[in-house]
Amino acid sequence: MAETLLEIRNLHKSFEGVSVLKDVSLSIAQGEVVVIIGPSGCGKSTLLRCINGLEAVDSGEILLRGERISGQKKALHLVRQRIGMVFQSYDLFPHMDVMANLLLGPIKALGKSRREVAEEAERFLVRVGLQDKAHAMPGQLSGGQKQRVALVRAMLMHPEMLLLDEITAALDPEMVREVLNVVLDLARDGVTMAIVTHEMRFAEAVADRVVFLEGGDIVEQAPPEKFFHQPETERAQQFLDTFDYKKS
Amino acid sequence: MPDQALSVLLKGRNLERLLGGLGVTLELSAMSIVLSVLLGLVLGLIMTLRSSIIRAICRLWLETIRIVPQLVLLFLVYFGMAKTFDIQMSAETAAVIVFTFWGTGEMGDLVRGALTSIPRHQRESAAALGLTKVQSFRYVLLPQTLRRLIPQSINLATRMIKTTSLVMLIGVVEVLKVTQQIIDANRYDAPQAAVWLYAVVFFLYFIVCWPISLLAGWLEKKWS
Repeated sequence: MAETLLEIRNLHKSFEGVSVLKDVSLSIAQGEVVVIIGPSGCGKSTLLRCINGLEAVDSGEILLRGERISGQKKALHLVRQRIGMVFQSYDLFPHMDVMANLLLGPIKALGKSRREVAEEAERFLVRVGLQDKAHAMPGQLSGGQKQRVALVRAMLMHPEMLLLDEITAALDPEMVREVLNVVLDLARDGVTMAIVTHEMRFAEAVADRVVFLEGGDIVEQAPPEKFFHQPETERAQQFLDTFDYKKS
Repeated sequence: MPDQALSVLLKGRNLERLLGGLGVTLELSAMSIVLSVLLGLVLGLIMTLRSSIIRAICRLWLETIRIVPQLVLLFLVYFGMAKTFDIQMSAETAAVIVFTFWGTGEMGDLVRGALTSIPRHQRESAAALGLTKVQSFRYVLLPQTLRRLIPQSINLATRMIKTTSLVMLIGVVEVLKVTQQIIDANRYDAPQAAVWLYAVVFFLYFIVCWPISLLAGWLEKKWS
């Protein structure tokens, strides 16, 4: 088994008295792709947001390579430089062109030189099929193109892991694939990822492990081939049934 | 008649005095606007804080400048300070204080509005990139805020320029006061000149404010 990269221990989080995460423990190994699924409001997004400190945890702790990253405020930006995140909403900075979006983090946060990052950024754009968009403004891109740029932007920080929070949920169906292909490509490269998604076929293809979250609890976790075909718990089975359509 | 006005304008040092008055107007406006924009940016940031005391103070500030006429503020600062606290200041200083107090309050509210209208995920994705708070403000939030601010702050600037005409009532000789002096001095020789001299003032205000509107239009187009 590969080295543990991220470890979450007994995480609790509530908003205004409502428990969203109840005693969640989860560890993710180096190079592992964990897909978190579950019904709306089960705490999937909150879990990702806690990992990179966008939400403060109530109790429990989160360790990155054995180093505690939760429950502190000062050095959060240093933690976030090590954990990339892409959101559901198209979150490119609208006043900068694609290249400026890509270079902002590496230059300002990591202090790299423009020259070395620009070359890498161009290689990445080629890889995601957007080599001709380097100087386009975000407003000129489709949703799928924006999300591919957002993925490249996160990867240029060379994060130790990537958090993807329903990155295709706001996309038109025909654009979902172009984005998910990029994610599959990253997974093949061994990028460690925690992915929240509603695309079950994609989850099955990309995951090393599926974590089923409901009501703030991890109800079941299993390899995808097992989870999607012989889930152990009835709740998981019920959840999976909601994705099946039969004319009765 | 226009020819009467023209001869009045060209008489003696009248044109020079008029432009000097415009200079005073511009100087007062420019100082007040620059101070208001700088302080307003800071105030707008402070206004987004969640402290209820700070909110109450800002609320009071805004209500004061919106309810109390600028002329009353000018009298309060210029005459009131001298009478009550024996603080003597030049009329120009009093004017800059009042216009900056007004402009900062209005600008602060504009900045607050622009800042809070930026979607939350912009702040979050800047944070997720590992930028510090100062960096994400500097590179992500501030540029977007400035773009959103342009139309209304240009409107505020032109309102401030026009409202500086009130300062003649505390004795500052600016463009409008000079015009009145010229009209008064020529009331018998050129009784028809008044309306045309006011038209000149209209034109002077126009050539000051119009380029600002053009600049705003250009910036909006460039940034859209």
